[in-house]
Amino acid sequence: MAVTGKRARAVLLNALVAAITLAVLAPFAWMVTVSFMPRYESSRYPPPLWPSRWTWGNYYELLYRRLIDGAWFDYRIVPALGNSLVVATVSTLLGLLLTVPAGYAFAKLRFRGRERLLQLLIASLVVPGQVAMLPLFLIFREIGLVNTWPGLILPSLAGIFAILFVRQATLSIPDEMLDAARLDGAGELAIFRRVVLPLLAPVTVTLALFMFLGSWNDFLWPLIVLADQHRYTLPVAVAAISREHAADGELMMAAAVVTTLPVLLLFLALQRYYIGGLLGGSVKG
Amino acid sequence: MTRQERAAWLFAAPVLGIIALVFVLPTLLAFGLSLTDYSIYALADWSNLRFVGLGNFADLLSTPLFWRALRNTALFAALGVPMAIGASLFTALLLHDATVRWKPVWRVALFAPYVTGVVATAVVWRYVLNTRFGLVNWALAQVGVAPVDWLGDPRWSIPAILLFVTWKVFGYNMIVFTAALAAVPGELMEAARLDGAGWWTRFRHVTLPAIGPTLLLAAVMSVAGFLQIFAEPYVMTLGGPSQSTTTVLYFMFEEGFKWWNLGQASAVAFVLFVLILALTLVQTRIGKRYEWL
Repeated sequence: MAVTGKRARAVLLNALVAAITLAVLAPFAWMVTVSFMPRYESSRYPPPLWPSRWTWGNYYELLYRRLIDGAWFDYRIVPALGNSLVVATVSTLLGLLLTVPAGYAFAKLRFRGRERLLQLLIASLVVPGQVAMLPLFLIFREIGLVNTWPGLILPSLAGIFAILFVRQATLSIPDEMLDAARLDGAGELAIFRRVVLPLLAPVTVTLALFMFLGSWNDFLWPLIVLADQHRYTLPVAVAAISREHAADGELMMAAAVVTTLPVLLLFLALQRYYIGGLLGGSVKG
Repeated sequence: MTRQERAAWLFAAPVLGIIALVFVLPTLLAFGLSLTDYSIYALADWSNLRFVGLGNFADLLSTPLFWRALRNTALFAALGVPMAIGASLFTALLLHDATVRWKPVWRVALFAPYVTGVVATAVVWRYVLNTRFGLVNWALAQVGVAPVDWLGDPRWSIPAILLFVTWKVFGYNMIVFTAALAAVPGELMEAARLDGAGWWTRFRHVTLPAIGPTLLLAAVMSVAGFLQIFAEPYVMTLGGPSQSTTTVLYFMFEEGFKWWNLGQASAVAFVLFVLILALTLVQTRIGKRYEWL
């Protein structure tokens, strides 16, 4: 009796998890199938889950530049895809370059004012970023950074969270290891490059993923600072189309697929680092 | 200066300089800006700028839409935080159960919405929540519930957006709670079980105190997050219907970048900051009382 009860409970719990997962993934699945439906097919009841005929038409409409009444027309999704890719890559690389050494310095190097600065950094986490946005826009306007790549990327490089994240990870490196390298006559730069960086490699991958996804998905600042449609990143471009083409279900789903698929694939490929970084090594398997 | 000190400044100074330029300086200026009547005229010519003291804050208090935005934002946070944290805790507890298989697979799948962008998923959810052709109303119809005008009815617009937000964010705290649950001492759990404690008693007296600090931190972050809702109404409802989803940040964006009242908008930003700070302090105070911190 007790055994069958346990058995029933196991079946029930597994079924529940599977049902929840199915419900959570359903919007993604529907997004993909609708994006391949012929125009207006999704505007039907009951909502079709599967295309009657698979078509690339929506992607063609969305992505191809074409001549309409003698003028070139496109939704500027392909340029936006390129912009997003460049912006996210550059801000990730620069972000790592700036924050990883800084995080190490705050963890392991002794310098005057370190504790004070650290406290300030932690305290500043409660200030919402939007407070700085309005004056920042005016400052950037004065120095000509509005509607430029540096103006878009610069704020994302103020990685307070990233510094604290790297610092936390670096604390576990034993001091003896660094002191031994110092006794061998290695300079501080060499110690960082040859001893610390290899040990921080997994953390760096995790951080890179955080940064890339953060930049790729960022919306409010790009919306504020980019005025020129040719410089729009994907979220800004998709939001602009969605406000005009609200009724075009299939077209908008294709736009959503183009925006979400790259990050979903990147996440699946590196999920070990992402979820591992959050779990902090406390859970196995 | 020692060699170590020189290296430390070389490593830390660039990013600290950027933080000072794009975060500290603008944050300080924001307070100054909120005391001026900075508007489209000052944008054209600085000489049109006047100091108005606390005038912007006084104006805000007499702006009905600002109060509406405050009320909407409070509603988002009051309903959204328990909803999101509850979903995270429920799934984390479910995945913590020894009989559940393929845990890494479920974790990745349930976490996936979190890594995608708000704009693209909000576009998808606008169709999922569509009154006539959406999946949600279709699913409700299967159990005999009449169609709900999710995004078009002022009474349902906030719950509808919260459904979407919860779907998108719960995976993050689910993982955080999973880590906390793994750290609950196994012997304590076993001892409680041997003493004949039921599931609820064990949860209340063993699990909850152990994950208390994590829960509190998640609550603090969630409150701050829900107070900063912007992209969801921007994409899904444009702040409507009848301003039922206009949040404080949405109001700030419209004031600042649609009407170019940057002085007024800065005052809004400051109110938001003070609200977040106050709620954070209250929550840590409560946490201290229950010895969770």
